[in-house]
Amino acid sequence: MDMAKVIEDVAFNILKQAVIYLPEDVKQALKKAYAEETSETGRTQLKAILDNIELAEKYQAPVCQDTGTIIFYVKAGAEAKNLDKLEEPLIKAVRRATKEIPLRPNAVDPFTQKNSGDNTGRFIPYLNWEIASGESIELTVMTKGGGSENVCLTGMLVPGEGINGLKKFVIDAVIKAGAQPCPPTILGVAMGGGSDIAIKLAKKALLRPLNEPNPNPEIAKLEKEIFEAANMTGIGPMGLGGKTTVLGVHIDYAYRHPASFPAAVAFNCWAARRASAQIDADGNVEYLTHKMRW
Amino acid sequence: MAVYKLKTPISEEEIRKVKVNDVIYITGTIVTARDQAHRRALEYFKQGKALPINLEGLAVFHCGPVVSKEGDKWVAVAAGPTTSTRMDIFEDEFIKNFKVRVVIGKGGMGKKTTDAMAKYGAVYGAFTGGAAILAAKAIKSVKSVEWLDLGTPEALWIFEVEDFGPLAVAIDSHGNNIFLDVAKKVEENKQKIYQKLGLTQ
Ligand code: SF4
Repeated sequence: MDMAKVIEDVAFNILKQAVIYLPEDVKQALKKAYAEETSETGRTQLKAILDNIELAEKYQAPVCQDTGTIIFYVKAGAEAKNLDKLEEPLIKAVRRATKEIPLRPNAVDPFTQKNSGDNTGRFIPYLNWEIASGESIELTVMTKGGGSENVCLTGMLVPGEGINGLKKFVIDAVIKAGAQPCPPTILGVAMGGGSDIAIKLAKKALLRPLNEPNPNPEIAKLEKEIFEAANMTGIGPMGLGGKTTVLGVHIDYAYRHPASFPAAVAFNCWAARRASAQIDADGNVEYLTHKMRW
Repeated sequence: MAVYKLKTPISEEEIRKVKVNDVIYITGTIVTARDQAHRRALEYFKQGKALPINLEGLAVFHCGPVVSKEGDKWVAVAAGPTTSTRMDIFEDEFIKNFKVRVVIGKGGMGKKTTDAMAKYGAVYGAFTGGAAILAAKAIKSVKSVEWLDLGTPEALWIFEVEDFGPLAVAIDSHGNNIFLDVAKKVEENKQKIYQKLGLTQ
């Protein structure tokens, strides 16, 4: 068995799953929003989104023309072999996916403004590593749209304001973002750690399915509170007004320095694309998010 | 909310019937233009040079499509809207000089464009952000492409479309602008939200 080839194929497959088929939880949330939205204009937008999702599946085409920046999350078993050689097959998979699916080339050198043309470049695709026990590798891909990325926010809040400061920070961010991130959006929110840790946790929180509140009931309560508050803004689908502004709020946290209160909000648009698979030591593959497709 | 099916070229009289919150579908010709194309078109006008296509009565689409060439024919693969606010600095002159009747994009446009739409008779149709396949399926053919030297996304793509939409009319030719209204309402709601969350200003 050629493990590198297995990894490349799995990475290609999850990329394809992600950009064409939205996860079931996101689809369900959009359907629910369509059923409950009272603004007529808002409803036209949600209907267009649902129609577009169906067409993408039918024609096997990416659900949005912006196929995003490609980010991998690797949960590597400590006993897994050749982890130092994992990056190459992932890069190969991205190049192949760009050509074959196809994906829009979205990797630009910030110095020369030149687009590499194949979605790869320094640190791109980006790999987030986590070590787990065992010998298998869990691979997750997120393709992150630019419109929703442009409104992500990190802030150093006043520690004395506590959680209230965080609530205000998130609501202000949603209002400032307005129509830009293609609402309805999903919010990843994090506090603590440091500025870098907060935004990393916030973005990772976007991977959690929409129907899974935080296991900690206190945080789950805060998620619900911010969710309801964000949907009171009236921004609505595509900023045209309505009660569906966010589909979910996912919160995570780290302990903080006594003098700092880092906070971050990561936005994901309705085209919240992610897919995962697990590869065991013998090269057996289990697709975790898009089971029916393969 | 009324639904209108419009055929290009669209007359000023026809477009003035359309109000905010209506939904329109367009059949005929739409032309993509982003920042660069807007800039060049206005330069041409200043120099008295004709554009490659007469835009009167047509729709301009803020879009950088994904296209592929099959043989010697172009095909639009994905064609969702881009954020319109970047074109705000050009659009009033654009509407005035070229008499486009519909501007298509996402995210809305500001006061200056709204005023020009009222004065010269045009509307802004919001196309659902990200709904690229829905748009591409309404594009029946790529009639031609001009100014390819600006790059694929920035070129003028001239599309033959059938029932292109739904476009939510967010700015009409009577000075109404849903995005500005929503922004005002959101500002009011913000106070209520702060209160509910137990926040002070
Ligand atoms: S914000 Fe998301 S849905 Fe909107 S255009 Fe970008 S990737 Fe597509």
